[in-house]
Amino acid sequence: MSNQYIPNPKEAESIHILREVAAQFEKPVLLFSGGKDSITLVRLAQKAFYPARIPFPLLHIDTGHNFPETIAFRDQLVEELGLELIVRNVQDSIDQGKVTEERGRYASRNTLQTTTLLDAIEEFKFDACIGGARRDEEKARAKERVFSVRDDFGQWDEKNQRPELFDMLNGRIHQGQNVRVFPISNWTELDVWEYIKNEQIKIPSIYFAHKREVFFRDGMVWTANQHVYRDHSEEVVERMVRFRTVGDMTCTAAVLSEADTLEAVVEEIRQSTISERGARIDDKRSEAAMEKRKKVGYF
Amino acid sequence: MTENRKLIKIATAGSVDDGKSTLIGRLLYDTGSLTTDKLEAIERNSKQKGYDYLDFSLATDGLVAEREQGITIDVAHIYFNTDKTNFIVADTPGHVEYTRNMVTGASTSQVAIILIDARKGVIEQTYRHFFISNLLRLSHVVVAVNKMDLVDYDEEVYLKIRSDFEALVEKSDFSADQITFIPISALKGENVSQKSVMMSWYVGNTLLDHLEVLEPSDLQESSTARFPVQFVIRPKTEAYHDFRGFAGKVYGGNLKKGDLITVLPSFTESKIKSIHFFENEIEEAIAGSAVTITLENEVNVSRGDMIVRSSELPKSEKSIIATICQVNNKPLRVGDKYTLQHGVNSVLAKVDQIQAKIHTDFSGEEAVDQLRLNDIGKVTFKLSKPIHFDPYLQNKSTGSFILIDEGSFDTVSVGFID
Repeated sequence: MSNQYIPNPKEAESIHILREVAAQFEKPVLLFSGGKDSITLVRLAQKAFYPARIPFPLLHIDTGHNFPETIAFRDQLVEELGLELIVRNVQDSIDQGKVTEERGRYASRNTLQTTTLLDAIEEFKFDACIGGARRDEEKARAKERVFSVRDDFGQWDEKNQRPELFDMLNGRIHQGQNVRVFPISNWTELDVWEYIKNEQIKIPSIYFAHKREVFFRDGMVWTANQHVYRDHSEEVVERMVRFRTVGDMTCTAAVLSEADTLEAVVEEIRQSTISERGARIDDKRSEAAMEKRKKVGYF
Repeated sequence: MTENRKLIKIATAGSVDDGKSTLIGRLLYDTGSLTTDKLEAIERNSKQKGYDYLDFSLATDGLVAEREQGITIDVAHIYFNTDKTNFIVADTPGHVEYTRNMVTGASTSQVAIILIDARKGVIEQTYRHFFISNLLRLSHVVVAVNKMDLVDYDEEVYLKIRSDFEALVEKSDFSADQITFIPISALKGENVSQKSVMMSWYVGNTLLDHLEVLEPSDLQESSTARFPVQFVIRPKTEAYHDFRGFAGKVYGGNLKKGDLITVLPSFTESKIKSIHFFENEIEEAIAGSAVTITLENEVNVSRGDMIVRSSELPKSEKSIIATICQVNNKPLRVGDKYTLQHGVNSVLAKVDQIQAKIHTDFSGEEAVDQLRLNDIGKVTFKLSKPIHFDPYLQNKSTGSFILIDEGSFDTVSVGFID
């Protein structure tokens, strides 16, 4: 029993938000990617409702191009915490002819996820989707609300957002609308890493330095794998790398790193001069890439 | 997370072209928070536009629509840190009609930075920015007199602006020690994080040094404890078969195990049996803690109820007077009915009387029959049920509310209770 408990303001804010979701919505779901941000959300949700179980399921939109380490990690976490996991596959959306696989050098299933996500929202009638996006990730995200109301098409209208005053959250919506909820809006990448370190939260092994077959393109380190398009001229080499974000293999670049412990990773982030989304190939497509994707319902 | 780093929340205010985005970009750059790829994007963009300097405003002007028009359209949140301090900046855009955005940004901030263009001096917009800082009772205001490079770093210009502003401070509720003046050039980086050689006549701290030494106090820290119940936790598992916990956040003061408490609105009395934070049981929950409380006896408590110490009851009223800021296009009229969300509790509210619209330039008030977007006014409400509150000046959380339109479900007003 500890006598003096000093609250961490960002953690307390996130817990407050998660409790509001559980109280204000009928069918919330936590979007789980297996990445460090959604893993942090799971820990925050545990804290928010302890000793009760987390009162909503996890939803994973699987592109089929995930790192196997992430999937193994996901299944283990779900089992340990006794959570309910729903998986929906982008491959199914492709097979149903709802989306078309991209081709060429930069082919990725990342944008295709949107359709699968919207279908899952409709299938389960989810009214609130909790996500691990942070405002420091990207300029368009900096204007995102904690409770972000989306229409039937999942669209985000930046000119028509509800102002959020103090910590009062207005989750009232009409039939067909749903809300995207971002409990760690105010966290930075460093906040997340320091939290994972202090809380000793388990994360997938690909976040730590490991040997991997990679190739170099546009100054970035790509995973050499059957899912990632590669020219004959692009030579595969083995390097010590780790990942700063864990998304679809086709759009997540690695960084050269020797950091193989949480302490070393946190120190590397602290020193780092390349922002996290700099290693996301999907954002390099254009300056306005994120804003465009959000307008069509991307997370 | 950063246990030994303090958190300071800042709202920035300035008119169009006061260089607010440039200042924030400069703060990011000077604290090493602009990463290589972001810096490259800024270099690329600056070049495209044909500038011979780095346009740091591009670091914050996020949306395509904004970049095309060269303006910012909503509150953006920006993060940076030094070794000692984490900063969250709520950047509010500077149109003439922008009270809504600044009130929103200031509601989650402790400090305001008000920018003044040294060439223009104190203008009507400056009055408004300061008025809102005063209305929301921010802890500190920093007046950054920017673009000093364009007035030859002239001390006289700075002193004139300073004395004009001090006349405004007299009309406010701020004391002089809550206001700090700093002459800067965001573009050239003078007095932002580096002491200006060009302005050797200025002996105070740089902006960043000043922000780092601030000790902002939230009004509620010194007040009595309020615990609005967000969620009732009933695990229904074997190990916690009879557990009934009340989850919420402590606003003000502290709550301790064994405290005699009253549950509102039922006015039932009980005693705090235990306080939980995740797997730990704690003796005391101080302001800002998001914890779970259990009570000694079976008390009927549900979401929206409030737990307080029995010796520190708040006010309970079915009719309230509040200062309202209208944050939606729909005007507020006498007779209108809204859902009033007070923290995590909701009641129905009817606009009983609009006493006055208050001029945001400290010039008084006028009688009106409605309050429009960006208007601030004094309003009386009749409520369907009593709410349990403290005046805003005693507790920001239990002293504020929002009004929600029953048709659109939009948040249309924010209120500060008298």
